[in-house]
Amino acid sequence: MSSAVVVRLAGGRLSLRFERRAFAVTLVLAVALAASALASLSLGSQMTSPEAVLEALVVPQRSDIALIVHEIRLPRVVLAILVGACLGVAGLLLQGLVRNPLASPDVIGITGGASLAAVSFLALGGAALGEAWLPMAALSGALLVAMAIIALTGRGVTPARLVLIGIGMAAALGAGTMLVLVLSPDTTAMQAYVWLTGSLYGAQWREVAGLAPWALVGLPLALVFARRLDALALGDELAVGLGTALQGSRMALLLLAVALAGAAVAFAGGLSFVGLLAPHIARRLVACRHTGLVPASAMIGALIVLYADLLGRIAFLPRDLPAGIFIAGIGAPFFIYLLHRWRS
Amino acid sequence: MLTTPEARLMGLVMGALLALAAGLASLTLGATAIAPATLVEALLAPDPSSVQHLILRTERLPRALIAAVVGASLAVAGALMQTLTRNALAAPSILGINAGAMCFVVVASSIFALRSPLALAWAAFLGAFVAALLVALLGRGRDGGFSPVRVVLGGVAVTALFVSLAQGLLVIDQEGFESLLLWLAGSVAGRGLDMLLSLLPFFLVAAGVCLMLVRQLNLLVLDDEVVKGLGQRTARVKLLAGVAVIVLAGGSVALAGLIGFVGLIVPHMVRALFGRDHRWVLPGCALLGAGLLLAADTLARLLMPPQEVPVGVMTALLGTPFFLHLARRRSFTP
Repeated sequence: MSSAVVVRLAGGRLSLRFERRAFAVTLVLAVALAASALASLSLGSQMTSPEAVLEALVVPQRSDIALIVHEIRLPRVVLAILVGACLGVAGLLLQGLVRNPLASPDVIGITGGASLAAVSFLALGGAALGEAWLPMAALSGALLVAMAIIALTGRGVTPARLVLIGIGMAAALGAGTMLVLVLSPDTTAMQAYVWLTGSLYGAQWREVAGLAPWALVGLPLALVFARRLDALALGDELAVGLGTALQGSRMALLLLAVALAGAAVAFAGGLSFVGLLAPHIARRLVACRHTGLVPASAMIGALIVLYADLLGRIAFLPRDLPAGIFIAGIGAPFFIYLLHRWRS
Repeated sequence: MLTTPEARLMGLVMGALLALAAGLASLTLGATAIAPATLVEALLAPDPSSVQHLILRTERLPRALIAAVVGASLAVAGALMQTLTRNALAAPSILGINAGAMCFVVVASSIFALRSPLALAWAAFLGAFVAALLVALLGRGRDGGFSPVRVVLGGVAVTALFVSLAQGLLVIDQEGFESLLLWLAGSVAGRGLDMLLSLLPFFLVAAGVCLMLVRQLNLLVLDDEVVKGLGQRTARVKLLAGVAVIVLAGGSVALAGLIGFVGLIVPHMVRALFGRDHRWVLPGCALLGAGLLLAADTLARLLMPPQEVPVGVMTALLGTPFFLHLARRRSFTP
């Protein structure tokens, strides 16, 4: 067992075991993420050099671009990283839970629930109430859907049932969203549609502060719970034999995934494919147990959203396109490649 | 269940009567109610000065005909897909065929600025074909068979793929968005007869193929091994049935956008009535599918006037409980 790094917390009651390779990959990803964040901070309608950005970050008083960096770009970059990390980990949890590499928060209706709630909120004139309430609406939508899925799945949470019921819910929620869109005036419909595609446009510190608690609680929890996924991956019988509380674990993992995905969707809209792609890439890079996959998935998810948002900001200047378009555009071909690999 | 040929024939007649009744309701009910007598008059001796005749001939009649054709096509496509994949949950909307067709139509109309019904129909066929290919690729397990959950997941993944691509395009092309929104949600309103007429040959050919295949389709229900043992080759039947599905579903999308769940619900109802023999199932599906979509469209018009609920939303709301019921069952064979 020399190839592993073991982190012991809480007087040895909690230990996390990382393979060496996972540790190394995570470090490399962290460096890449930091570099990408810096690049994203310096690129935009007003191009700035990375040194100037660093100066603005460290000593804002002396810099003349401090306002742009601190109030416009930095919150957006931080939000992109948080959203990507939450979605990536949520996807990892769901895929492990359902034991199917095609599961993701969008597939089982969590994103759909958040979307319907958010779109209804916009259409019912909720914007007058204050935009701060939009994430709350979306998050409660996601949680409601998760509860409905659990209630409908009944006591025996089998992966197949869970995913099929999720799919059914997603279809109904999609129809509901369409209904609201069609019935609302054109401007609201377009606003809602942009939201559905997933956009970080106009992100502010307020949103970062809203999402941060979910990410800061949820991501470490995912790290702790990840080892249960290893047991579940062995199949129900072996998992029970190893002393896993099957239903309890599934419920906890599902709720955790919903909280992470729901929170991310609440602040960034219906970004699809991140939860699907990030765990796959992580698995390709790390190929180890789930504990090591959690940080890798989080960082890859963050990288995906960061670059998609960067592209949306600078590729079609002066237009600022939703990040979701690029994730779908790049994610789709990659996804087909993944499916091809999965078959053979 | 109807077991004797006479009873089944009666069943088909009843189905036809139901579809006719729904059609009659669709023609007469709406923002302006029209008496059945006026309906006959408008069809036999149209009076150019009468507003009611005008509404009937230019709006209600095309709409009812399109609803009937689309409902019948989707139901038959669903029945074929359930047989082909041996999966009770299969349907054009669930396996992503509709989404593929929709995405290609959006691409054709917003990037290539195509407007002619035929060009859009070909785009829809191509999209349906690509989606079907992807799902077939994804749904096959290591043993070569279609596992139910795998197929459905593959379908959902393909749907997500095409829907998000189309969404992206529509966000970039905002004018296109406003004109396409109603179509996206699934609607049989506001389409002229010319669109239907230019697509009708495709639907007829697909119907002909289905009629040709009914006997061989019954074989597909059996195990592959048994079929081989009987000395039958099914590859050609599967291929032709697949083409029929693509034409029926793609054509429906080109006409009416995303209308889900008709292809899921109707074949189940029909099988509960007529058993598994495709000689009865396919005509039954066509009649009941037409009736269901006509009724749903009429209801969508009456639900909250003056607004119209897109009929695709209506069918999805009707179909979801049904899907959930099927998903909770233990077995997924149709």
